[in-house]
Amino acid sequence: MNQSDTIALPEGVGLVKTQYVTFDGPRDVLCLESGEKLAPFTLAYETYGTLNDRKNNTILIFHALSGDAHVARKHSPRDDKRGWWDSMVGPGRPFDTDKFYMVCANVIGGCKGSTGPSAINPASGKPFGLDFPIITIRDMVKGHAQLLDYLGIEKALCVVGGSMGGMQVLQWAVDYPERAVCAIPIACSARLSAQGIAFNEVGRRAITSDPKWNGGKYVNGDGPDVGLALARMIGHITYLSEESLQSKFGRRLKVEKLGYSFQTEFQVESYLHHQGLAFTKRFDANTYLYITKAMDYFDLTEAHGGSLIKALSGVKSRFLVISFTSDWLYPSAESRHIVKALQAVGAEVAYCDMDSPFGHDSFLLDVPGFTDLIGGYLQDVWREVNGNGE
Amino acid sequence: MVERADYDAILTLIPSGCRVLDLGCGEGELMELLRECKDCRVSGLEIDKDLARAAASRGLSVLEADIDEGLKDFPDNSFDVVVLSQTLQVTRRPHLVLREMLRVGSVAIVSTPNFAQWEVRLQILFKGRMPITKILPYSWYETPNIHMVTVRDFRKFCRNEGISIEKEIFLGLGRRKVLFWPNLFARTAIFSLRKIAHRESQ
Repeated sequence: MNQSDTIALPEGVGLVKTQYVTFDGPRDVLCLESGEKLAPFTLAYETYGTLNDRKNNTILIFHALSGDAHVARKHSPRDDKRGWWDSMVGPGRPFDTDKFYMVCANVIGGCKGSTGPSAINPASGKPFGLDFPIITIRDMVKGHAQLLDYLGIEKALCVVGGSMGGMQVLQWAVDYPERAVCAIPIACSARLSAQGIAFNEVGRRAITSDPKWNGGKYVNGDGPDVGLALARMIGHITYLSEESLQSKFGRRLKVEKLGYSFQTEFQVESYLHHQGLAFTKRFDANTYLYITKAMDYFDLTEAHGGSLIKALSGVKSRFLVISFTSDWLYPSAESRHIVKALQAVGAEVAYCDMDSPFGHDSFLLDVPGFTDLIGGYLQDVWREVNGNGE
Repeated sequence: MVERADYDAILTLIPSGCRVLDLGCGEGELMELLRECKDCRVSGLEIDKDLARAAASRGLSVLEADIDEGLKDFPDNSFDVVVLSQTLQVTRRPHLVLREMLRVGSVAIVSTPNFAQWEVRLQILFKGRMPITKILPYSWYETPNIHMVTVRDFRKFCRNEGISIEKEIFLGLGRRKVLFWPNLFARTAIFSLRKIAHRESQ
């Protein structure tokens, strides 16, 4: 059943290149929810598989807070790590490269090639820093829609993403109801909870309290690494679960015996330090501020007097909503809330609360049944789109 | 596994192209039949995590939810037909489930084992023990069937609840239709139900 886990990619298809598109035409202005405008702007994106002639096989993938366009494979054979959802992409896998065309773009405000606070502000010739406008989930989705226009794709077969990616899925289904056959929001919420905002704010404070942050004006490579690492350590705890931390580390020490000092002694401490440090090497502190803010602002119901039913009343996609039992950052109840509203508006919706001990990060891990669920569901959507004879 | 011979009978009661809700849909076998053969738009509720996931993995719109709770989120008349196949007897509050079925759908189809069938009667009468038959295969201590009903009970219940029985199909041994004395010969009873309108609407 889990053939997707064992298929090794053949040599030569293991690499992918990030592509870039800059929207700098006279009409290529990204009008942001805040009222500000962003132009020109660049999106970094990656694609896997081939767009078919009917242009109806696109799976648009949205990444989470710390993700990027690099979903699968490696950029170079020397890379240690593969993309963040590598296990999902490839021949015979849920995002089957023999059938589908996967597109994933780094969000607006990001730091992996798309225009964000670390990009050069054309007005000043220096990095934007805090002069970058506040962006929202809706603005990110607008950027993705522009990319799809650019690629000549009218309608995606599927929009899919976890966590902040799931928020984008919901926003897409609301803003572009005609542009996705199916929507798969995973481990997310229709509006970020108070707890979610609280953790984001602690992360932001960790960054802005670092003297090196300097009001957002720091040189690339000499930023508020201490603050950013701290933000990541806190964030990382919220992505795991009590059970997974306990089983992975317990009270195990990384030293021979207790030293009665404040050195790093427990393995869990060492793990978090490593996570924090590694993050500073690949992520920009200002982007962390902007993207967490975008998540805090996310509330699908806001424009509809607090009613999620009203917010979702215009959706046309069919939905597969997935949550994980041990996710306490985006608890299953929040997914159920989305499902109830979809039921109320008569949308076609499937819902699974997957058993998993790994917390919020479950969607990135190998939870039994998860790949088969998404793969099987997509096969059916594909059959529906193509008629029964494939 | 409970015999699901009632699917064919249920299919004959459902018009093509309508919106159907299948309660306790399991892995979605009936849903798939309705989708393929009848071109229906089908949703399902299933309480068992693994079964619900298996159904969703086939692309079916199945919600992991409890029937006793999960129906309330559907608005009135959101389905043409609501099906409860071999599930009435496992619900905690069957009368409320039936009421809810006729709120969210205009027609309710219920298939249920008949506890007055002769095999059952004989086992109690001669052995003096809780019956174990082909369609009631569980021992008393592990059966999920907590609300068994007979054909006569169900008819009386519908009368009291203001529900009209539009059609009945009775299946006996070997899926054969039972044409007389259903309360004695039917293993499975299938009812198509509608609410009796108290006043002519409009």
